[in-house]
Amino acid sequence: MTGRPVPLGMPSFPRAAAVSTRDARLRANLKHATGTIRARRAAAVAELDDWRQLRAAAAAVKERTLRHLDHYLVRLEERVTAAGGTVHWAADAAEANRIVTELVRATGEREVVKVKSMVTQEIGLNEALAAAGVRAYETDLAELIVQLGDDLPSHLLVPAIHRNRDEIREIFRERMADWGRPAPEGLTDRPADLAEAARLHLREKFLRAKVAVSGANFMVAETGTMVVVESEGNGRMCLTLPETLISVVGIEKVVPTWRDLEIYLQVLPRSSTAERMNPYTSMWTGTTDGDGPRAFHLVLLDNGRTDTLADTVGRQALRCIRCSACLNVCPVYERAGGHAYGSPYSGPIGAILAPQLRGLAGPLEESLPFASSLCGACYEVCPVAIDIPEVLVHLRERVAEGGEATVRGTRAVVRPARRHALERRVVAGAAWALDRPELLRRGRRLAGRAARFAPRRLPGPGRAWTDGRDLPEIPEESFRDWWARTRAQESSQESSHEFSHEFSHEFSHEFSHEFSHEFSHEFSHEFSHESSKGGDR
Amino acid sequence: MVYPETGRAVVTLLERLGVRVGFPAEQSCCGQPFFNTGYRRATEPLVRRYAAAFRGYEHIVTPSASCAAMVREQYPRIAARAAAEGRDDGLTEAVAEVVPRTYELTEYLVDVLGVTDVGAHYPHTVTYHPTCHGLRALGLGDRPRRLLERVKGLELRELAGAEECCGFGGTFAVKNAAVSVAMGTDKARAAVATGAAALCAADNSCLAHIGGILTRRGAAVRPVHIAEILASTGPGTAGGPEGAAR
Repeated sequence: MTGRPVPLGMPSFPRAAAVSTRDARLRANLKHATGTIRARRAAAVAELDDWRQLRAAAAAVKERTLRHLDHYLVRLEERVTAAGGTVHWAADAAEANRIVTELVRATGEREVVKVKSMVTQEIGLNEALAAAGVRAYETDLAELIVQLGDDLPSHLLVPAIHRNRDEIREIFRERMADWGRPAPEGLTDRPADLAEAARLHLREKFLRAKVAVSGANFMVAETGTMVVVESEGNGRMCLTLPETLISVVGIEKVVPTWRDLEIYLQVLPRSSTAERMNPYTSMWTGTTDGDGPRAFHLVLLDNGRTDTLADTVGRQALRCIRCSACLNVCPVYERAGGHAYGSPYSGPIGAILAPQLRGLAGPLEESLPFASSLCGACYEVCPVAIDIPEVLVHLRERVAEGGEATVRGTRAVVRPARRHALERRVVAGAAWALDRPELLRRGRRLAGRAARFAPRRLPGPGRAWTDGRDLPEIPEESFRDWWARTRAQESSQESSHEFSHEFSHEFSHEFSHEFSHEFSHEFSHEFSHESSKGGDR
Repeated sequence: MVYPETGRAVVTLLERLGVRVGFPAEQSCCGQPFFNTGYRRATEPLVRRYAAAFRGYEHIVTPSASCAAMVREQYPRIAARAAAEGRDDGLTEAVAEVVPRTYELTEYLVDVLGVTDVGAHYPHTVTYHPTCHGLRALGLGDRPRRLLERVKGLELRELAGAEECCGFGGTFAVKNAAVSVAMGTDKARAAVATGAAALCAADNSCLAHIGGILTRRGAAVRPVHIAEILASTGPGTAGGPEGAAR
């Protein structure tokens, strides 16, 4: 299986979000955090006169590199090897975990320090190492909070964004002792005190560790150089102090040259932390005598990326540089929180990346492309111009209508999702009716006459609307009738009796039998199931 | 279908500005709800219908930013995919013929007719919500605002967080009802906080959603389509905030 092992029973996005949107503390934490960074990013980007050109260049270089990925990866392997590193190729999560576990075992060590890395979350490396008796210590402050709290990351850049400082103090007080140096006596929730507690707790791990595991933000093919961009300096410690360094990196992270890298070192910090330049940029090429790790291993991870690359619309997701600007600006993310996405990749980019890397494997993955109002704010801020709404709709099509996709290197026809069978019939019915405007006009006339009998709350699927919103009132005269009465010559005086007969005849003839059967059977079942989840609000 | 007053307002407004207005009865939905829900193939007949219905008209005007964006952004993509799958049958050409002539109402007024003062009189306080498709897909910019600023008697109030999505999102409103209503509730609160009598936008779908929340909450702000404001020539004409609930 590709992807991180998904906990059993991971709910679909709407179910998880229906619960998380009611969590007032989560909503307040996220609103505060994303609101602040949103405004700062906008200011940091507005400083640059050539932002549009930078963005276009950032997109173009990634796009070109992805087209020739095989070429650049082979060059990268040559250069890393020539510089004293060892390159390993991992087709999926299981293979990557096995390689890293064996490399750690070979050192004889039982613990590793970790630089914050999305890709090791994706493959579930910490869990795999734990199963092999190796303890992995997260050293990024937010990752530490997540790890100590037995929690899951909820944001690409700030994995503990869902926690406020009071919660963090409690986690430090209760859990630090289980992992090493306990929290100081009388710890307050002042940010400086919390940071000092983390510093003391982590320092002994940095000084003791013989093995480090990292990811990388970029890999420069022309020299075989790895690049890690960070804010706290924990990464620098991990990358320089231990004897052995193992970097697990997705194959899409390669850029051809240092000149290409220059673009990303400008757009990433501004998009991500709203900084002109990030505090620490670490770069290393293989190994160097007397300086830094004596052994360097690069594990190049596919895990669904080659399959994604085969999709001409979906592959733009592989341009992503994990800046998280799309999360910070997303109104859906702000209200649902990162955990509802059921993947380390949350927010708009997660909604297109996770279903592609994992495949549309289950109810969660099938629901993710629909976890968006398609407002387009994500596309607007994306520094590599990923048209996220376009990819969302593209993936929705694969869920709803099926289509061709590449699965583990083989072209396959994806069948439409079973859960959407009823919806397909509703759409077929609606499309059929909308292709007959005159019929619709007369149907509308009936509805206008019956408007005063219209219910305030709808049963079944309509509840999803009326539970939280009133229905519009339907005026008696439609626009078409008004137009016919005041502007056009044609008569519009057919009797509704005649029409309703004709309508029902035509409708039932074409598909209403099949439809009503399906409706009563499947939809009512599905919906009673949905609505029993505890109400939408 | 549900908001005939908007269609009437568009006709009234355009005729007042000297435009000869036609309404081809063969037209139907632009297909956006299907396309955005993943039913690209089911959308194709509606794309063909649109292209056929509006063939020969000089300009095609819609009082919906999202319908205009659907035509402009997605119709060429749908045609290209249909062609790639062997179902072109003149679709690419037909789409290329209608897409450049399709305008959202405020775009048409400002860019084609070159007017910002449309002779409207609307003596009410109004706040404006720039819908996502108008803002980000069409890039309407300040066109709606420039039109509203020239309306006699109208007092424009700033809407906090105006550029944020209201949460309608087509079938998103029912597929992710909890998040949709949470977003809409924040938008409704922002509208109420302006103290305006009317919340105005260039898209009835967003207004139906926000309006449904406003009336459920018993709020006094009334959603009004921008066309109804621009068509209004003073108290007593249709479109005032005292009208029916949306």
